[in-house]
Amino acid sequence: MKSVWKTVFVASLLSATLATAQGNLEIDTPAISAIKSSMSQRHAQLAPLYASGAVGLKSDGSLAVHDANVVPLAQRGKLNALVAAENNDRTALYREIATANGHPEWAGDIRNTFAQRWIDKAPGGWWVEGSRGWARK
Amino acid sequence: MKPVSNWVAVTAFSLAIAGCVTINIYFPAAAAEKAADQIIDEVWQLKPEAATKEGAPSR
Repeated sequence: MKSVWKTVFVASLLSATLATAQGNLEIDTPAISAIKSSMSQRHAQLAPLYASGAVGLKSDGSLAVHDANVVPLAQRGKLNALVAAENNDRTALYREIATANGHPEWAGDIRNTFAQRWIDKAPGGWWVEGSRGWARK
Repeated sequence: MKPVSNWVAVTAFSLAIAGCVTINIYFPAAAAEKAADQIIDEVWQLKPEAATKEGAPSR
Protein backbone atom coordinates (compact mmCIF):
# COMPACT_ATOMS: atom_id res chain seq x y z
CA MET A 1 0.00 0.00 0.00
CA LYS A 2 2.83 2.37 0.90
CA SER A 3 4.53 1.84 -2.45
CA VAL A 4 1.28 2.71 -4.22
CA TRP A 5 1.20 6.11 -2.53
CA LYS A 6 4.85 6.61 -3.31
CA THR A 7 4.14 5.95 -6.97
CA VAL A 8 1.19 8.35 -6.95
CA PHE A 9 3.32 11.01 -5.29
CA VAL A 10 6.16 10.66 -7.80
CA ALA A 11 3.69 10.65 -10.71
CA SER A 12 1.99 13.83 -9.52
CA LEU A 13 5.36 15.54 -9.03
CA LEU A 14 6.33 14.61 -12.57
CA SER A 15 3.08 15.84 -14.05
CA ALA A 16 3.36 19.10 -12.10
CA THR A 17 6.83 19.65 -13.55
CA LEU A 18 5.51 18.95 -17.03
CA ALA A 19 2.61 21.35 -16.53
CA THR A 20 5.00 24.11 -15.46
CA ALA A 21 7.25 23.45 -18.43
CA GLN A 22 4.26 23.84 -20.77
CA GLY A 23 3.00 27.02 -19.07
CA ASN A 24 5.17 29.41 -21.08
CA LEU A 25 6.21 29.89 -24.66
CA GLU A 26 9.83 30.65 -25.45
CA ILE A 27 9.99 34.31 -26.51
CA ASP A 28 13.54 35.22 -25.44
CA THR A 29 15.58 34.51 -28.55
CA PRO A 30 17.89 36.97 -30.34
CA ALA A 31 15.62 36.94 -33.41
CA ILE A 32 12.50 37.77 -31.40
CA SER A 33 14.31 40.50 -29.43
CA ALA A 34 15.52 42.11 -32.66
CA ILE A 35 11.99 42.18 -34.11
CA LYS A 36 10.59 43.57 -30.85
CA SER A 37 13.05 46.47 -30.73
CA SER A 38 12.46 47.26 -34.40
CA MET A 39 8.71 47.33 -33.73
CA SER A 40 8.91 49.47 -30.60
CA GLN A 41 11.11 52.02 -32.41
CA ARG A 42 8.60 52.18 -35.24
CA HIS A 43 5.77 52.55 -32.75
CA ALA A 44 6.89 56.13 -31.98
CA GLN A 45 5.97 57.01 -35.58
CA LEU A 46 2.88 54.81 -35.71
CA ALA A 47 1.25 55.97 -32.45
CA PRO A 48 0.00 59.34 -33.84
CA LEU A 49 -1.24 57.55 -36.98
CA TYR A 50 -3.32 55.12 -34.90
CA ALA A 51 -4.73 58.04 -32.92
CA SER A 52 -5.70 60.03 -36.03
CA GLY A 53 -7.32 57.01 -37.68
CA ALA A 54 -4.81 56.93 -40.55
CA VAL A 55 -3.99 53.32 -39.66
CA GLY A 56 -6.06 50.69 -37.91
CA LEU A 57 -5.66 47.19 -36.51
CA LYS A 58 -6.97 44.41 -38.69
CA SER A 59 -8.59 41.24 -37.37
CA ASP A 60 -5.85 39.09 -38.93
CA GLY A 61 -3.04 40.40 -36.72
CA SER A 62 -1.73 42.95 -39.21
CA LEU A 63 -2.39 46.65 -39.61
CA ALA A 64 -3.71 48.59 -42.57
CA VAL A 65 -4.20 52.11 -43.86
CA HIS A 66 -7.68 52.98 -42.62
CA ASP A 67 -8.01 56.62 -43.73
CA ALA A 68 -5.17 58.05 -45.81
CA ASN A 69 -7.01 61.39 -46.11
CA VAL A 70 -6.01 62.48 -42.60
CA VAL A 71 -2.34 62.38 -43.70
CA PRO A 72 -0.99 65.16 -45.98
CA LEU A 73 -0.48 63.96 -49.54
CA ALA A 74 3.30 64.36 -49.34
CA GLN A 75 3.51 61.94 -46.40
CA ARG A 76 1.33 59.16 -47.77
CA GLY A 77 4.24 57.27 -49.30
CA LYS A 78 5.86 57.19 -45.88
CA LEU A 79 2.57 56.04 -44.35
CA ASN A 80 2.39 53.07 -46.71
CA ALA A 81 6.04 52.22 -46.12
CA LEU A 82 5.53 52.25 -42.34
CA VAL A 83 2.52 49.94 -42.58
CA ALA A 84 4.35 47.55 -44.92
CA ALA A 85 7.44 47.44 -42.66
CA GLU A 86 5.33 46.85 -39.56
CA ASN A 87 3.43 44.02 -41.26
CA ASN A 88 6.71 42.40 -42.33
CA ASP A 89 7.94 42.52 -38.74
CA ARG A 90 4.67 41.13 -37.40
CA THR A 91 4.70 38.19 -39.81
CA ALA A 92 8.33 37.51 -38.89
CA LEU A 93 7.47 37.75 -35.19
CA TYR A 94 4.65 35.18 -35.41
CA ARG A 95 6.90 32.87 -37.43
CA GLU A 96 9.87 33.25 -35.06
CA ILE A 97 7.78 32.49 -31.96
CA ALA A 98 6.43 29.34 -33.61
CA THR A 99 9.92 28.26 -34.70
CA ALA A 100 11.51 29.07 -31.32
CA ASN A 101 9.05 26.66 -29.73
CA GLY A 102 9.74 23.89 -32.21
CA HIS A 103 6.36 24.15 -33.96
CA PRO A 104 6.52 26.23 -37.17
CA GLU A 105 2.93 25.13 -37.85
CA TRP A 106 1.76 27.20 -34.85
CA ALA A 107 2.47 30.48 -36.69
CA GLY A 108 -1.18 30.81 -37.75
CA ASP A 109 -2.53 30.18 -34.26
CA ILE A 110 -0.01 32.63 -32.82
CA ARG A 111 -1.08 35.23 -35.40
CA ASN A 112 -4.73 34.76 -34.36
CA THR A 113 -3.86 35.06 -30.67
CA PHE A 114 -1.91 38.27 -31.29
CA ALA A 115 -4.70 39.66 -33.52
CA GLN A 116 -7.15 39.38 -30.63
CA ARG A 117 -4.74 40.82 -28.05
CA TRP A 118 -3.62 43.80 -30.21
CA ILE A 119 -7.29 44.75 -30.56
CA ASP A 120 -8.14 44.11 -26.89
CA LYS A 121 -5.20 46.21 -25.69
CA ALA A 122 -5.65 49.07 -28.17
CA PRO A 123 -6.47 52.37 -26.43
CA GLY A 124 -9.80 54.11 -27.01
CA GLY A 125 -9.98 56.17 -30.19
CA TRP A 126 -8.03 53.71 -32.33
CA TRP A 127 -9.66 52.05 -35.33
CA VAL A 128 -9.99 48.27 -35.19
CA GLU A 129 -11.51 45.74 -37.56
CA GLY A 130 -14.22 43.55 -36.08
CA SER A 131 -16.69 41.08 -37.55
CA ARG A 132 -18.79 44.01 -38.87
CA GLY A 133 -15.94 45.97 -40.43
CA TRP A 134 -14.03 48.97 -39.09
CA ALA A 135 -15.05 50.50 -35.79
CA ARG A 136 -13.59 53.13 -33.52
CA LYS A 137 -12.81 51.88 -30.03
CA MET B 1 -5.82 -16.81 -29.77
CA LYS B 2 -2.25 -15.72 -29.84
CA PRO B 3 -2.36 -13.54 -33.04
CA VAL B 4 -5.40 -11.67 -31.65
CA SER B 5 -3.68 -10.72 -28.41
CA ASN B 6 -0.66 -9.59 -30.41
CA TRP B 7 -2.87 -7.31 -32.45
CA VAL B 8 -4.44 -5.94 -29.29
CA ALA B 9 -1.02 -5.22 -27.86
CA VAL B 10 0.17 -3.52 -31.04
CA THR B 11 -3.00 -1.43 -31.26
CA ALA B 12 -2.79 -0.39 -27.63
CA PHE B 13 0.85 0.52 -28.04
CA SER B 14 0.17 2.63 -31.16
CA LEU B 15 -2.70 4.39 -29.42
CA ALA B 16 -0.47 5.18 -26.45
CA ILE B 17 2.26 6.61 -28.70
CA ALA B 18 -0.30 8.60 -30.72
CA GLY B 19 -1.70 9.96 -27.46
CA CYS B 20 1.71 11.25 -26.40
CA VAL B 21 2.26 12.95 -29.74
CA THR B 22 -1.21 14.51 -29.64
CA ILE B 23 -0.55 16.05 -26.23
CA ASN B 24 2.77 17.48 -27.40
CA ILE B 25 1.48 19.12 -30.60
CA TYR B 26 -1.58 20.71 -28.98
CA PHE B 27 -1.42 24.52 -29.36
CA PRO B 28 -0.98 26.10 -25.89
CA ALA B 29 -3.55 28.90 -26.23
CA ALA B 30 -3.16 30.30 -22.71
CA ALA B 31 0.63 30.40 -22.96
CA ALA B 32 0.39 32.09 -26.35
CA GLU B 33 -1.92 34.74 -24.92
CA LYS B 34 0.51 35.39 -22.08
CA ALA B 35 3.41 35.70 -24.54
CA ALA B 36 1.38 38.03 -26.76
CA ASP B 37 0.50 40.29 -23.81
CA GLN B 38 4.14 40.48 -22.76
CA ILE B 39 5.36 41.39 -26.26
CA ILE B 40 2.54 43.89 -26.92
CA ASP B 41 3.25 45.64 -23.60
CA GLU B 42 6.90 46.00 -24.64
CA VAL B 43 6.25 47.14 -28.21
CA TRP B 44 3.53 49.63 -27.26
CA GLN B 45 5.37 50.62 -24.07
CA LEU B 46 2.28 50.10 -21.97
CA LYS B 47 2.55 50.22 -18.17
CA PRO B 48 4.58 53.48 -18.36
CA GLU B 49 4.91 53.84 -14.58
CA ALA B 50 7.13 50.73 -14.47
CA ALA B 51 9.26 51.90 -17.41
CA THR B 52 9.72 55.55 -16.36
CA LYS B 53 11.01 54.62 -12.91
CA GLU B 54 14.20 53.22 -14.40
CA GLY B 55 15.12 54.70 -17.75
CA ALA B 56 13.17 57.89 -18.47
CA PRO B 57 15.37 60.65 -16.92
CA SER B 58 18.42 59.59 -18.94
CA ARG B 59 16.79 60.64 -22.21
